[in-house]
Amino acid sequence: MQHNNKDHATLAATFNVDEPRVNWHDETLWFVRQKRDKAVHILPEWEALRETASQIKNNVLSNLNAYLLQFEKNAQQNGITVHWAADDNEHNQLIHSILQQNEISRIVKSKSMLTEECHLNDYLKQVGIDVVDTDLGERIVQLADEAPSHIVLPCIHWKKEEIGELFHQYLGTPKGNADPQFLTAAARDHLREKFLTRRAAITGVNFAIAETGEFVVCTNEGNADMGAHLADVHIACMGIEKIIPLQKHLGVFLRILTRSATGQPITTYSSHFKQPRKGQQLHIVIVDNGRSRQLGRDDFRSSLKCIRCAACFNTCPVYRRSGGHSYHTAIAGPIGSILAPNLDMKQYADLPFASTLCGSCTNVCPVKIDIHQQLYKWRQVLVKEGYAPTAKKIAMKGMAVTLSSPGIYKLAGKLGRWVIKNLPFMVNNKFNPWYKQRDLPSSPKQSFGEWYAKNRK
Amino acid sequence: MSSREKILSAIKNNQPALTPMPHIEYFTQPFTNVVEKYKMVLQSIGGTVQEVNNIAAIIEALKIQFKDAGRIITVVNAFAEYAEIYTQNDDPHKLDNVDIAIINAHFGVAENGAVWVTEAILQERVLPFICQHLVAVINKQDIVATLQEAYDKIAGTSYGFGTFIAGPSKTADIEQSLVLGAHGPKTMTIFILNTVD
Ligand code: SF4
Repeated sequence: MQHNNKDHATLAATFNVDEPRVNWHDETLWFVRQKRDKAVHILPEWEALRETASQIKNNVLSNLNAYLLQFEKNAQQNGITVHWAADDNEHNQLIHSILQQNEISRIVKSKSMLTEECHLNDYLKQVGIDVVDTDLGERIVQLADEAPSHIVLPCIHWKKEEIGELFHQYLGTPKGNADPQFLTAAARDHLREKFLTRRAAITGVNFAIAETGEFVVCTNEGNADMGAHLADVHIACMGIEKIIPLQKHLGVFLRILTRSATGQPITTYSSHFKQPRKGQQLHIVIVDNGRSRQLGRDDFRSSLKCIRCAACFNTCPVYRRSGGHSYHTAIAGPIGSILAPNLDMKQYADLPFASTLCGSCTNVCPVKIDIHQQLYKWRQVLVKEGYAPTAKKIAMKGMAVTLSSPGIYKLAGKLGRWVIKNLPFMVNNKFNPWYKQRDLPSSPKQSFGEWYAKNRK
Repeated sequence: MSSREKILSAIKNNQPALTPMPHIEYFTQPFTNVVEKYKMVLQSIGGTVQEVNNIAAIIEALKIQFKDAGRIITVVNAFAEYAEIYTQNDDPHKLDNVDIAIINAHFGVAENGAVWVTEAILQERVLPFICQHLVAVINKQDIVATLQEAYDKIAGTSYGFGTFIAGPSKTADIEQSLVLGAHGPKTMTIFILNTVD
C-alpha cells in the first residue's frame, strides 16, 4: 500500500506522464458521467428529489445525537450488537477482538470506504488475519497491493490487459487473456471458494434507519450478500453520518444513489438487514473518526451529508485527469478533498487546491452539498492556519493584488495577451507550473473588459 | 468516559440548531402502464421477463429456457412437479450446487425493475444469491410505479432480512465492460402472472 509524503500536484504529474492513458481515464469517467445524465434526465422530479434528500440530511445532522440513540435501541431490540469506535484504531481493535472471540483468522470483506479510511486491512494483516476483498475491483487492487482509486469503481485506473496479467500471476488464468467476461468468471470461481469457507464477513453500510434499527447495503455484484449470508459472524461498519430517520426515506435515497453513481435505476441488490440470521451473530460498529469534529465546523459540516455516489469524482476535470491515487487519501475526488483536511490539515493541505472550482461537482451532487464553495473556504482556512502549499501562497498573493486593483488587473491582462502573442516561451516554459499539461490558447485580440466597454452601448 | 459517551456528547455539542424534517412528496410518473414500464426497465438491466397465465406455462417456458439444467430447487409448492422443494435446514452452504432457484416475490417496482423479497419467502437468505439462475414470479397487479410507493407497501411489515433484486448480478469493474454474473445469478427471469380478477 502506498504511503508517501508527495502532494497532489507531484502525484498528478506522475500520472500525467502517460498522456494516452490520461485521456483514456478521462474519457472512461466522462462516459460514466454521461450515463448518470441520461438516468436523471428522464425523471421529471429529479430536482425535487435532490432537495428532499438534502433537507432530510440537514435534519439528520441537526438531530444526530437522538437518531443514533434511537437507532442503537432499535437495533439492539432486533438482536444486533452495537459497538462504538471513537477513531480508526478503536474500530480496528474492536473488529479484531470480535474475530478473536470467535477464533476466526480468515475473513471476507465487501466494499466499505470506512474500512479503507481506517486502514483495516493493514491492521488485520499485522495481527495475522487474512482478509479477502470480494468486490471485483477491490480484489484487483488488493492483489496488486494498491488502494482503490475511486469509491465506486475501485480499479478504474487499470487496463484489462494489466488485469489479465495480474490474474495470470495470482489466479492462474492463461497468459494474454484480457477478456472482461473471462476474467470476471475466473474471479467468480476464485471468490466463491472464499465465500464458502470463511466464517466471518465484513460489510459497509449505505443507510442505517433510526426508526427500525435496520441497515441497507447496496451492491451490484451480490458480494456483500454472499459473504454475510454464509458467514457465522457478520460485522457491518458505519460512520455516524449514515443514519436516516425513517424507513420511507429510503424511497428517496435509493432513487438518487445509483442513478448518480452509474446511471442504473437502482443497484442489483439493496439488502435490508434487520435481524441476525438464525444462529448468526450480527455486529454493527458505529465510527466517529473525526466526523463529530466536522459536524462542529459551520462551513464544512454539510460534507457529512455525502452518500458516496462518486458523481462529483466522475464529473471533476481534475480528478479525471489526475487519477484517484494523486489525492493520497482513502476518499479521493472533490468530496474527499473536503473530508481529508478535517482529519489532518497539514497532511492534506494540498487537496482543496486540487480543484478548478468550476462547480460541476456541486451541480451533480444528489444531496446538494456546496462542494466547490467548501473547497474554496478550506483554502482560506488553510492559508490562515499557515498550512497552504508554498507555491500557492506566492501565486495567491499575486492574484490578490491583481484582482483587488482594477488598474493592475487591466494592465496585467494587456501584458498577458501581449506576452502570449509575442513571447510565448515566457509562458510555456517548465518554470511555469500552470503550463504543465496545458496547451496555450491563442491570444484574443480584445480583452473581455475591452469587448464589454465597446458592446454595452 | 466510554467511547460511546464521548462520541454522543461531542455530537450533541456540535450539532447545529434543529431543522425540520421535510414532507415527502409523491410524484406522478410520465408513464401510466406500470406493467409495460416494468418489462422495459428489467430488460434494459439484463433481466428476462414474460407474461403468463398459469404455473404450467412457466414450467413449460423453463423447460425450454434451461434445457440442460442441473439442480433445480423451489420454495413454491406449485412447482413441486418440476423442482425439488426446499425447506430451510442448518447449512446454507449446501445450496452451492443449485443451478436454478424459483421463488415468489412480494411485488415489483416499475421504475427500476426490482422485486422485493423477504426471508419468509426465501427460507434461506442466501438462496437468490448463490444460485446460477434466478426465477421469480410476481402477480400482475403487484407492480408499483416507484420505489417511494414500494416503501408504502413495506411499511409495517416484519422481516429479519429483505432485499430488492433488480436483474442478474453484474459488474463493470474491468474497463467499464458490463458482465452479467458477478457473484450472484448469471440470469434473472421474471414471470408476471395474469391472475383472474
Ligand atoms: S459529495 Fe455528493 S456527489 Fe460527491 S460522492 Fe458525496 S453525494 Fe456523491
